[in-house]
Amino acid sequence: MKTTILQALRMLLVMTVFTGIIYPVAMTFLSLAVFPYQAKGSMIEKNGTIIGSELIGQRFVSDKYFNSRPSGIGYNPAPSSGTNWGPTDKRMQDSANARTAQFKLQNNLSAATVVPKDMLFASASGVDPHISPEAAQLQIERIAKVRGFNPMQLSSLKKLVEDFTEGPQMKLFGNPRVNVLKLNLAVDELQTK
Amino acid sequence: MITIAEIVQLVFYAVVLLLLTPPLGKLMAKIFEGEKTFLSPVVGWLERLTYKLSGIDPNEEMNWKTYMWAMLAFNFFGFTVVFLLQFFQSHLPLNPQQLADVSWHLAFNTAVSFMTNTNWQSYAGEVTLSYFVQMIGLTVQNFVSAATGIAIMLALVRGIARKTTTDIGNFWTDLVRSTVYVLLPLSILFTIVLVSEGTVQTFSGYQTITTLEGAQQTIPLGPAASQVAIKQLGSNGGGFFNMNSAYPYENPTPLTNFLEMLSLLLLASALVYTFGIMAKAKRHAWVVWGVMFFMFASGLTVSLWSEYTTNPVTGVAGGMEGKETRFGVANSILWSVATTDASNGSVNAMHDSMSPLSGAVAMINMKLGEIIFGGVGAGMYGMMIFILLTVFIAGLMVGRTPEYLGKKIESFEVRMAAIAMLLPSVGILIFTAIACISEAGLAGLNNQGPHGFSEILYAFASTAGNNGSAFAGLTASTPFYDTLLGINMLIGRFGVIIPMLAIAGSLAKKKITPFSSGTFPTDTFLFGLLLLGTILIVGALTFFPTQVLGPIVEHFLMLNGQVF
Repeated sequence: MKTTILQALRMLLVMTVFTGIIYPVAMTFLSLAVFPYQAKGSMIEKNGTIIGSELIGQRFVSDKYFNSRPSGIGYNPAPSSGTNWGPTDKRMQDSANARTAQFKLQNNLSAATVVPKDMLFASASGVDPHISPEAAQLQIERIAKVRGFNPMQLSSLKKLVEDFTEGPQMKLFGNPRVNVLKLNLAVDELQTK
Repeated sequence: MITIAEIVQLVFYAVVLLLLTPPLGKLMAKIFEGEKTFLSPVVGWLERLTYKLSGIDPNEEMNWKTYMWAMLAFNFFGFTVVFLLQFFQSHLPLNPQQLADVSWHLAFNTAVSFMTNTNWQSYAGEVTLSYFVQMIGLTVQNFVSAATGIAIMLALVRGIARKTTTDIGNFWTDLVRSTVYVLLPLSILFTIVLVSEGTVQTFSGYQTITTLEGAQQTIPLGPAASQVAIKQLGSNGGGFFNMNSAYPYENPTPLTNFLEMLSLLLLASALVYTFGIMAKAKRHAWVVWGVMFFMFASGLTVSLWSEYTTNPVTGVAGGMEGKETRFGVANSILWSVATTDASNGSVNAMHDSMSPLSGAVAMINMKLGEIIFGGVGAGMYGMMIFILLTVFIAGLMVGRTPEYLGKKIESFEVRMAAIAMLLPSVGILIFTAIACISEAGLAGLNNQGPHGFSEILYAFASTAGNNGSAFAGLTASTPFYDTLLGINMLIGRFGVIIPMLAIAGSLAKKKITPFSSGTFPTDTFLFGLLLLGTILIVGALTFFPTQVLGPIVEHFLMLNGQVF
């Protein structure tokens, strides 16, 4: 019995050193050396200051930006969370109805327009960096109008949305999507041109 | 409607899983038998070094009781360390956010959770646990709790394959080989892929930024990739961040999502093949694999159908509440089915917000005891409960002493199997009942009506099955839930492991009975059907009433547009 206890303690210590210290520390140094941008959080800089991560969605609610998906945590991921509203939760029903009306009003859409479902429901992480291509396209006219774009800028904006639409990765995995932060940065640049 | 592109992804997933099972299963069988493989020159030195440093003779054989005590002692110390690390976290290094000491009940819950390979998250990683605790505590247990599961399966298969002996192998050898040759190399490769796609791996503190719209945002970071890799591979599932693999820093792209989903089932599936090789019953192993795959595919079909049915409450089919755009509906549902089959419990979407019957499939997967591929090793030894019951029932029907792979199955084995089956079920049902009639239990609810009941039921099904996924609306970090769920995890883990080791010891002692015309063959389609029937009947008898009260009632209320 005593030998077993001693062996257990020593084994735990050895495993801790190998899998709890050497493994994560070595992986960190390797990652920082080979993929520094990704390992540090894929942070985007603008004029020398970090303005966000391309992987972490931001709060975009103003008319001049492409809006993000709804978030259950106000887009502040400390900690990340969804709403966890169940399929028969009245709060979800009310939110979806309100968001449908709001999206149509904001973008001046006809009553018959089907609002893309990613804009009706809060994401899982609360910081989903993407919206669907449909959701982006429906917002183009509004953004051009608010920003006072001329017809040439409008067509550039349309082109921009197309360029930022990512298809399935390796033509196989996942859904088509648009990264909202990257797109909005490009829109800001288009304005200053 | 589900698209062709989504169906292609689902089929591709199943095909890759099938194709990788035999080669990986074969490799692992060689490793666990101590044979030379292409990995021996790479990490063989690490295996020998581990034995030397911990003072172990790898060739020493153990009987089942010695094996059990070694396992229990190792797990007990593992629990103690994780508990203490959390309890004194503020005095320890690598805590850039200066997170406070964790309360006793949350520390207890998390320590049990990681030791038992459950990885239930009462904690929210980024605001509860320091980098130090995540590495030294959680990552270590991610490795060794998975290796413990594999070890128990190896002990069991030796009990079946050997004859007239008390030896069932050496716990330390099994633990070390699983870790050094299987889990560690795969995790290293996987970490590199994850980081290349955007999973974070850094010791820097959190980044506070001003967004384009001028709002403040705090972005948590950390050495996440190294932990995500093993939490997926080792059927652990405890997230570095609160939202687990739905959070972009844990699962940044559709490619990482595919690989993480594959890791959910990969080792568990291959270990069924390993079992077949080591028990010299490959055809039988394929039959068992087939039953597992059939249940996986059936659950997936029901869950997809349910999720893509219009919810009259919102008028939307395939709702996106609690789902991420880059994964979409089909990949979220595939993950939810695979992770509850696998006793992994990591999530890439919120199960709480899925349609009632998708939630029901997830719950059934866990309640059956995590036998649909299941945890690494744990799935196969869990399935053994039902295999023995099936053999026993078949024996009763023809009036002969049942045999399994040449071993007579007698009252001791059947009693042990019954105990291993009943204990977790009793845990789920009794604790759910207690939570439903106590104020502390009801205080945690996020949803009302039958969905509220489902939140409680899910929590106890998940912890008894050592799964760890959640209907996360339930506020579980209270003394009441932390304690009860912790105890439930212990019952679900050791209430199965100890009887299984006893069975291994008892089988090892027996002679091999030669196959005769009176033996009921276990490598046929008929056996597969009988096994499936046994699982479904036992599962239905035990859990149908609770399923009706929760998800099934909710399904019909939802169809009537009822909200709460």
